[in-house]
Amino acid sequence: METDGNSLTFIALFLPFVAAALAPALTRRMGHKVAWVLAIVPALLFIHFASLVGTVASGEVVTGGHRWVPSLSVEFSWFLDGLSLTFALLISGIGTFIVLYSGGYLKGHEHLGRFFSFILMFMGAMQGLVISDSFLMFFVFWELTSITSFLLIGFDHSREASRRSAMQALIVTGMGGLALLAGLLVIWNATGATSLSGLLETDNALRESALYGLAFVLILGGAFTKSAQFPFHFWLPNAMEAPTPVSAYLHSATMVKAGVYLLMRLNPVMGETAVWETVLPLFGGVTLLVGGFLAVRQSDLKLMLAYTTVASLGLLVMLTGFGSEHAIEAAVLYLIAHSLFKGALFMVAGIIDHEAGTRDVTRLGGLRKAMPVTFGAALVAAISMGGLPPLFGFLAKEEIYYALGFASLWSAVFTSVAILGNALMFAIGFAVALKPFLGAEVKTPNHAHEGPPLLWLGPVVLAGASILAALVSPLTHRLFSIPMASAVAGEPLDITISLIPSIGLPLYLSLVTVALGYAIYRTLGDVRARVAAVLAAIGWGPDRGFDQVLRGIVRGAHGATGLIQNGRMETYMTLTFGIIALAFLIPLVGAGEMPAFPQLPVLTLYEIVVLALAVIGLGAVLYADDRLTAIVSLGIQGFAVALIFLLFGAPDLGFTQFMVETLSVVILALVMTRLKLAKSDHRPTGEKALDVTVASLCGIGLMLALFKVTEISFDPALSVFFTEYSRVIAHGRNIVNVILVDYRGVDTMGEIAVVMAAGLAILALVRVRLGRRVQHAEPQIEVEGRETVA
Amino acid sequence: MIETALSILVGIFFAVAVYLLLSKHTIRIMLGVVVLGNAANLSIFTAGRLTREVPPVIPPDLYVPEIATANPLPQALVLTAIVISFSLFAFLLVLAWRAYQDLDTDNTEEMRIAEPKADPLPPLSY
Amino acid sequence: MKTLILRTIAPYLAALMMIFSIFVLLRGHNDPGGGFIGGLLAASAFAIYGIASGVASARRAMRFHPMAIAGSGLAMSVLAGLASILFGVPFMTGLWAPPIPGIDFEISSVLFFDIGVYLVVLGAITSVALALEERDDE
Repeated sequence: METDGNSLTFIALFLPFVAAALAPALTRRMGHKVAWVLAIVPALLFIHFASLVGTVASGEVVTGGHRWVPSLSVEFSWFLDGLSLTFALLISGIGTFIVLYSGGYLKGHEHLGRFFSFILMFMGAMQGLVISDSFLMFFVFWELTSITSFLLIGFDHSREASRRSAMQALIVTGMGGLALLAGLLVIWNATGATSLSGLLETDNALRESALYGLAFVLILGGAFTKSAQFPFHFWLPNAMEAPTPVSAYLHSATMVKAGVYLLMRLNPVMGETAVWETVLPLFGGVTLLVGGFLAVRQSDLKLMLAYTTVASLGLLVMLTGFGSEHAIEAAVLYLIAHSLFKGALFMVAGIIDHEAGTRDVTRLGGLRKAMPVTFGAALVAAISMGGLPPLFGFLAKEEIYYALGFASLWSAVFTSVAILGNALMFAIGFAVALKPFLGAEVKTPNHAHEGPPLLWLGPVVLAGASILAALVSPLTHRLFSIPMASAVAGEPLDITISLIPSIGLPLYLSLVTVALGYAIYRTLGDVRARVAAVLAAIGWGPDRGFDQVLRGIVRGAHGATGLIQNGRMETYMTLTFGIIALAFLIPLVGAGEMPAFPQLPVLTLYEIVVLALAVIGLGAVLYADDRLTAIVSLGIQGFAVALIFLLFGAPDLGFTQFMVETLSVVILALVMTRLKLAKSDHRPTGEKALDVTVASLCGIGLMLALFKVTEISFDPALSVFFTEYSRVIAHGRNIVNVILVDYRGVDTMGEIAVVMAAGLAILALVRVRLGRRVQHAEPQIEVEGRETVA
Repeated sequence: MIETALSILVGIFFAVAVYLLLSKHTIRIMLGVVVLGNAANLSIFTAGRLTREVPPVIPPDLYVPEIATANPLPQALVLTAIVISFSLFAFLLVLAWRAYQDLDTDNTEEMRIAEPKADPLPPLSY
Repeated sequence: MKTLILRTIAPYLAALMMIFSIFVLLRGHNDPGGGFIGGLLAASAFAIYGIASGVASARRAMRFHPMAIAGSGLAMSVLAGLASILFGVPFMTGLWAPPIPGIDFEISSVLFFDIGVYLVVLGAITSVALALEERDDE
């Protein structure tokens, strides 16, 4: 289906990256006010995507693309249905206010331009991720979000905590990315689809494939690391080292939802199986509880929110995998609600931090007079997070309880989990929104006052959106929730829930949740102390485990390097030649290729003499105990080789060998006079035995290989060609020379270049300045230092 | 099968070369390099089959040799190989000599500048 | 090694070897010989001359730096290969001048290629040998 939006969507894919490239230069010129200019980019994207809402809501799918690598059926294609479009709107909409907020939050920061660049790059990557169709494009954008997340978490790279968090996030999500890639390849193998839209058309092919289990595990590896599911949840709270705009944007509203997006996207083709409906709710439920309890433990506003984000992601995964229509509807509603209220709350936490100078909830209080606007936005967001009317969060929570219910023991368990998790989040939400603002005024590091509009605009708009979306719920459902839920379910769904509560089980469950949440809120100090005590008793978590694994890898690599590359040349040589010997012998023996016992040759007297001479020379080289003997015996074996060449019809070789041996002896003599030759080549007995064994095996191996080679009948085609045409077309009677300078001239050219290079290298070595004696124990830095002094 | 005799000789050359290369003393390793070059050249020569005393040269009055000559192809390969292995040998020799001058030893066990014995653990922090 | 006999005989021996090396080079295309062997012979000639009469006089006798000779040899070989481009045939195609009546010798691009090989081997190896001998004098 080609629509007019095509070329615009194509531009939209690149626009954030273009803006990212321009951001540093613009920031240098305009300072923090550049935020107003840069925010135009996401605003334009939002308008573009908003213009497609009508089309998509009517059930159509907007697609388009270009051929990228046609021979491998790789396409640069996109695909906008209800799911993608809602995500795209959230990304560009929240992104607009994040850019503005960043301008206020990082005003005057020396790397503000770089920050804008990174965050716009992320925006482009995230947007690409949710609207891409082909697997390859999807994967590339997926990895790009991991990389930009790494850059943003490590933005303040002069602090070690920042670097550690950035590395951790990159390693965890990067490993997940590899799993995802493998998973996509498996899916491709199983179904033949190379794009998401193609995959969605295959219906049951993946579920019925034998590869389903493998694909399931790999896809989950990608989704769970990205969306911080237990036990990979630890990187997300650590990512709070990033500046607050990043936490608000990447690590609550958008990027961490990529895993959920993936699961939702694949639900129509992978869901509704027993394993899907067991594993997802289990991991999601555990993550919900773990995140909730860890959030209570914290007193830092950002960390409290971060752990509730983990909990919310758990809830989303749980609902996505639960397998009923209502659960999917609930997941969709909660996802939208969460993006709005959590983004707002993070920005509020950032404003408090920015204006009051601390974000420790125990050291804040009474800010409502100083910061009324922020307080208002925080309150609205917290009400939505707590699931109270008249906010969108209320609709989401009601739908959750509809979906879970008490139909069976299984759903009763998850209802309980959801009640407990929601109550915890209720308590945290209000703790973040109320504690800093209510009560007596507490003296804060900075004199607190309301932040500039750049800062409060974002939270206010997002909070307002939470109200509006709930008030006009039929419209919200028709434009966003229903198309998105239908895309996740793979079939048309209908959502009718509105602010008018219907008396029934969900409402009672809501009341239980609120009561429980209020109780936790009132006793938050106690609960925090108790959770802290429990955690101290456990004393170990995946976060520390991560450190230990990384250290283990470094130590292991160091140990392995020390073992294999132990600095002893002898070990390297013995290993190399040992393997060479085996490479000769194993195929000969193992594959039954042993040569037959060869015919013994009849040799003439002078042939025997020459061969004997060579052997004698070699023996003398082995046993030489002074320079002269060594040089002379080396000469003997060399001249014997020359004689062999002469005897078997190779006068050119013979002469060359003679000349080379002469020159070898000359330069050997010249160098040897400056070197001492150890009297004898003493080796301890064990070592000697090993060396002799390796050497003999090598010799025997090569000999047997040559026996085998000469046993096979010879194909002289090439030699015949050279011989026949040497004079006819190359005008030369010495065939060897003709091959060298004519037939294989390019080879020879390469070889003389090597000779030339060797000559230059030797000259450089000889001429290099003397007088620098390296001391063995000295560290290398000192040697270099001395070099510059001298 | 004249090749049999040369195959055995090549085996001996190779064994002697390997034994020398396994020495700790750079000078003996250099001797090993020379012998290894000869072993390689002879093995190529042998694998191309041997012919006694008839060089691959076409007589002045003919366009194609009358009788079977020695195989010219391995000869061309070996000829360049000889010169190259000589260049390599010269380079290694000078290198060994300079190493001896700078490090005061010809024993590879004691040449530990690049790979020191007590190599410290890389930093474990971030 | 500077015996009187060697010192006296060396210049003549070296000159003879040089002439022989050129002979070997030129006959290479039709009889055993060629650039590699010729180059090695010439390099030995300079090495012997250097040992006998001192490196300085050997360098004087060469007129050019040996690596410069080697470099020009490499350039000559490349150019001999490139000459084929002028005639619109592939790189390294042998080009032969029409035979001169009465002289049993043919000029060709292949000959210049071989001379290049000769110069590279001569230059590079002489350079090494002389450099090593030079150290000895210090």
